[in-house]
Amino acid sequence: MSAVLAILSGACLLLGSFLLLTGALGFLRFADFYARLHACGVTETLATALIILGLMLLSDSYLPPFKLLLILLFVLFSSPTASHALAKAAWNAGVRPRDNQGKRDLPLPAGER
Amino acid sequence: MRYTLGMAGALALFWIINSGHYSPLLLALGAVSVLLVTWIALRMDVVDKESTPLHLLGRIGPYFLWLGGQIIASNLDLVQRVWRREPRYQPQVARLPLPQRSDICRVVYANSINLTPGTLTVELKPDHLLVHALSEEGIAALEAGEMSRRVSELDR
Amino acid sequence: MLALTVITLLLVMAVALVRAFAGPNVFDRVMAANLFGTKTVLLIAAISYLYGSPEFLDIALVYALINYISVIGVLRVTELRNEQRGTKEGA
Repeated sequence: MSAVLAILSGACLLLGSFLLLTGALGFLRFADFYARLHACGVTETLATALIILGLMLLSDSYLPPFKLLLILLFVLFSSPTASHALAKAAWNAGVRPRDNQGKRDLPLPAGER
Repeated sequence: MRYTLGMAGALALFWIINSGHYSPLLLALGAVSVLLVTWIALRMDVVDKESTPLHLLGRIGPYFLWLGGQIIASNLDLVQRVWRREPRYQPQVARLPLPQRSDICRVVYANSINLTPGTLTVELKPDHLLVHALSEEGIAALEAGEMSRRVSELDR
Repeated sequence: MLALTVITLLLVMAVALVRAFAGPNVFDRVMAANLFGTKTVLLIAAISYLYGSPEFLDIALVYALINYISVIGVLRVTELRNEQRGTKEGA
């Protein structure tokens, strides 16, 4: 039983690490602020969930999984709020989204400046 | 009263999960701290439908499951966009209607858009949302309105 | 596998630091700080299992709370500064 759990948790941790690397790579490569915010989102949703799930499967007592669940819930509730706050602050400060080369501004919907 | 009890219950649960000690002294201290925080919250006048959304409890479970599926799908989509030799994405900005009336449903909708990587709420105005997406498909999926419909149903 | 996760987390945090130094504007830097903070939470949690001391999980929880509040706080400061600049230009 515990061997199965160890394998499952290893798979979760491996997948989570891969997603973390993906997010970091996107964070480095994307040319535009808003696109980088999307890459940040990858590391904060599924990667965090997988890593915390992997750690949960490793615990041998009953309290740590609940604490990990609390951490996961808090991250899942706060990270979209934080990224919305970032996007809104940048928008209000005049940062406008650009195309995938980071050269031209994107066309905005009617009524936005 | 329902909201006060709900909040005290949630705080007590939180305390028990975080404590891990069950001696009478510590349990009493925990009860005192829960009562103190509830009293402060009552004095601050923040105990209401918005801070303790009990009416959502029954319907939020299925919605979170559906949202989890969406998060996994959009994560996989973003993974294959990042690991190309040339990162492939066409950013888009669009305005979306915001039919939800209650504040909590608007927040749930905007946060759900943010939680699925590839779409991001930039501005939340009284009658519309400004959304930035990494691809046309992201905007198209939101404009199809399934997420919006599911969020509206939470409050009914 | 735990050690691999910890190494990946450290790598991602290094990437966040690179972006924090290179980031063209202040919001890129705040975003990098936010990424660094959320990865620190995961790092503390992973290290608590690596060293077998579950007390670290409390620290991770507190760190998650502090990180969120600090990001919102820094953004409020930049927003207030922009507003002040705007009213000065308007006058």
